[in-house]
Amino acid sequence: MEILTATIAWLTTAARWQGPDGIPTRMLEHLEIAIPSVLAAALVALPVGAWIGHTGRYAAVAINVANLGRAIPSYAVLAIILPISLRFSPDLGLSVIPTFTAMWLLAIPPILIGTFAGIRAVDRDLVEAARGLGLTEVQILSEVELPLALPVVAGGLRTAAVQVIATATLGAVVAYGGLGRYIIDGIARNEDDRLMAGVVLVAGMAITAELAFALLQRALVPRGLRRVAVHAEPT
Amino acid sequence: MLADQPLLDLGWIGAHAGDIALRTLQHLGLGAMALAVGFAVAFALAMMAAGRPRLLAPLITGAGVVYTIPSLALFAALVPFTGLSLLTAEIPLVLYTQLVLIRGISAGFAAAPPEVLEAADGLGYTRRQRFLAVELPIAIPLIVAAVRLASVSTIGLVMVVTLIGNNFGGLGLYIKEGIASFFPTKVYVGAALSVSLALASDFALARLERRLAPWAESHRDVQPGASAALAGLDPIGA
Repeated sequence: MEILTATIAWLTTAARWQGPDGIPTRMLEHLEIAIPSVLAAALVALPVGAWIGHTGRYAAVAINVANLGRAIPSYAVLAIILPISLRFSPDLGLSVIPTFTAMWLLAIPPILIGTFAGIRAVDRDLVEAARGLGLTEVQILSEVELPLALPVVAGGLRTAAVQVIATATLGAVVAYGGLGRYIIDGIARNEDDRLMAGVVLVAGMAITAELAFALLQRALVPRGLRRVAVHAEPT
Repeated sequence: MLADQPLLDLGWIGAHAGDIALRTLQHLGLGAMALAVGFAVAFALAMMAAGRPRLLAPLITGAGVVYTIPSLALFAALVPFTGLSLLTAEIPLVLYTQLVLIRGISAGFAAAPPEVLEAADGLGYTRRQRFLAVELPIAIPLIVAAVRLASVSTIGLVMVVTLIGNNFGGLGLYIKEGIASFFPTKVYVGAALSVSLALASDFALARLERRLAPWAESHRDVQPGASAALAGLDPIGA
């Protein structure tokens, strides 16, 4: 396993951990695009998902649009936006705008569908009971539906975040930094150690995010609802 | 410069229709092969794990871990071992189908209510007859739903294969060339055809489902929920 030792050697060289092409810089770049794009997606998808889940109106339209979005690969989104964004800004248009937009679009469907499904899954009798008690629609949503839907909503956010962290790798194709840089450069320069180091770092970050979100998801859900959380997880 | 080019050069499309058709077929071929192999593997695994939660849970966890690995990373990781062979393209594509397919197929197998199974047993069905005549038809809507998700994601993932090497062909190559040579038309042709392929395969499979399980039409209502239950199953890095 020559490649394995070469990769370990590459990763453990002190110089790899400093400077503009160093591992900490690339990790930071990776998160700098991933975190804002997921937050921006949540800003759109959470209210829309909650609203269609609560009212049941336009649900089919929203779900179909979200599903359609999934048919468009992020690599294609990057490439589609690139020629247009370059006209607006030769600087940001090359890297940040296409990467951010592609990641934002990628994060919307899981958050939207998770929020919608979580709220739809709330027992309608509970909602009727809350209405009977005189709660306003906003109160029903915020005090009954959302707390009960939280495990599924958090699941959607988790999927979105892990996907974005994994897919932000493609930003390197349009000259953005991030951990994908090592893979793209490794292929271009025919350096297998650099390529494999990139693979290890990206996969490690995605799996770490998945685990961190799983823990966060558990912590977020009130104890009384944990059994519901298990129940809501598809088998 | 990319910014100076017209966004769509129709003359180029007309002059390269044959090449475009060829790459579309390559794309479809790479995806269909992965889906066929992936389905066979997942079906066998799901059958083995049917009624054995202790076997199913680690299978799904394993497939889930694979799913978390970014596609570009998984394709790239194979290059030092399998070079630029077909295996380098197909192994990750097949692996990525497993989570959706194993989950969907096992959920399908588990969908038959116990009283229906008992009724079949009471009618004297053998284990095999019961599987073919009762359990499988009941499982079809969930199986097809999983195959639809897998087909859309696989067609998207085939795009990424191009970043590893040019020899696989496919529509991703237009995107790569379009970016490299500052020619937006190629980018749009590749992207539009890939999305069309994904939607067409989704549509074709939906039609197939209607033919295989016409009674499932009444489940339309459930569809958003069903697709939501599978929502955690998007491709990583497509």
